Amino acid sequence: MPIELSEERTRHRIARRIAKEFHDGDVVNLGIGIPTLVSDYIPEDVRIIFQTENGAIGAGPAPEVPDLRFIGAGGRPFVIMPGGCFVASDLSFGLIRGGHLDATVLGALQVSQDGDLANWMVPGKMVPGMGGAMDLVVGARRVIIATTHTTKRGEPKIVRKCTLPLTAKGVVKLIVTEFAVFSIEKGQMKLLEIAPEVTLEDIKAMTDADFTVAEPLITMQGVEEEEEEE
Amino acid sequence: MAKKVIKPVVSAAEAAKYVRPGMSIMIGGFNYGGIPYTLVEALVEAGTGDLTLISNDTAYEDVGHGKLVAKGQVKKVIASHVGLNKKTGQFYMEGKLELVLYPQGTFVECIRAAGFGLGGVLTPTGVGTVVEEGKQVIKINGQDYLLDLPLRADVAFIRAYKADRMGNLTYFGTNRNFNPIMATAADYVVAEVDSVVPIGELDPNEVVTPGILIDALVVKGDNYYANRT
Repeated sequence: MPIELSEERTRHRIARRIAKEFHDGDVVNLGIGIPTLVSDYIPEDVRIIFQTENGAIGAGPAPEVPDLRFIGAGGRPFVIMPGGCFVASDLSFGLIRGGHLDATVLGALQVSQDGDLANWMVPGKMVPGMGGAMDLVVGARRVIIATTHTTKRGEPKIVRKCTLPLTAKGVVKLIVTEFAVFSIEKGQMKLLEIAPEVTLEDIKAMTDADFTVAEPLITMQGVEEEEEEE
Repeated sequence: MAKKVIKPVVSAAEAAKYVRPGMSIMIGGFNYGGIPYTLVEALVEAGTGDLTLISNDTAYEDVGHGKLVAKGQVKKVIASHVGLNKKTGQFYMEGKLELVLYPQGTFVECIRAAGFGLGGVLTPTGVGTVVEEGKQVIKINGQDYLLDLPLRADVAFIRAYKADRMGNLTYFGTNRNFNPIMATAADYVVAEVDSVVPIGELDPNEVVTPGILIDALVVKGDNYYANRT
């Protein structure tokens, strides 16, 4: 019995949950796709400084009138926040690799139970290039993965061992899907939260990995807010 | 040879002549931002071929230096991301184009190493991935690093905001990106700018690239993206 949420609900649920991971003052880089949505759910009393690979520190929301002189790594225009600044790519990646980012949020093709990440190429398909992803996951203090629990064909994305080419080894600290939240510490994956639509058995069925289960296993944070809205 | 103290302000067409067939060229920019559009357009019009293009990405097939790839002027691309330009992938798959991909932080650091007189870069990025293939792994304090070598070019086309006649440059917004670093790592450096101001008009505290790195200046022309970046 495949349990499915709409794509919109899936994306926003994951983004909303990840937004709860941050603390006031955190410096964060958001990847493209679902990670971009995270900024919409940051609580008002938490001030996050968003960094972009192409050299903005303090990137804000989209402007009313787009200006291509202020764009994010995905090419989307933004407003630079008061107190923000611009740096060249050497310093931008110095900040990234040098451990000056509190977190990065990225998508995944596969994540392994010991924190290996594959998110940049599929053999046989045209290779788009890794861009800044390999540096981000090696350098950011916390690598948070935003991903659907399985592929569109229902294959597990959380696996024992990645079969796709790696972006980095042993870097992932938190995985948030539409159905579950897992932590990975010292090579050990743990299920922390579970969505109300699924049981522990369902999660086991759609996760091809060994994991321990938190005591207590709680309902995924933020799902209640989502339901209140609708 | 020493560079001129007072930089020539030349047309983009003249600047494009510095690039000869078979040369390597660095072009600044990241996605739409910071591409020297006017210079690139002139190089597209000149039709100079067999180029090795060193740029973060290959833009889009009908935008900026993406056109150099699309028109078959490039034999080799060295970049970190080429997914937005369909022609880059197509030509690579067809065997018409050589492609070398670097993690973006390694890419910029290799250019910096060339411009800063360093013999290479030791980075943890890419350890345990395909990026490691063919590279020396060096262990320092128990951690593995990949040795990446310097990246130089014959010519660099960069984009800045304001220049004075001595070639001192300021930048604007996210147009800065790779441009100040590429200015250090090529034999001949041409900067495309919004305006050229008299010597003394730029605040020395706001100059990012010192004019001693620059050979020639080009004022941006009436180009759709040059006008918007």
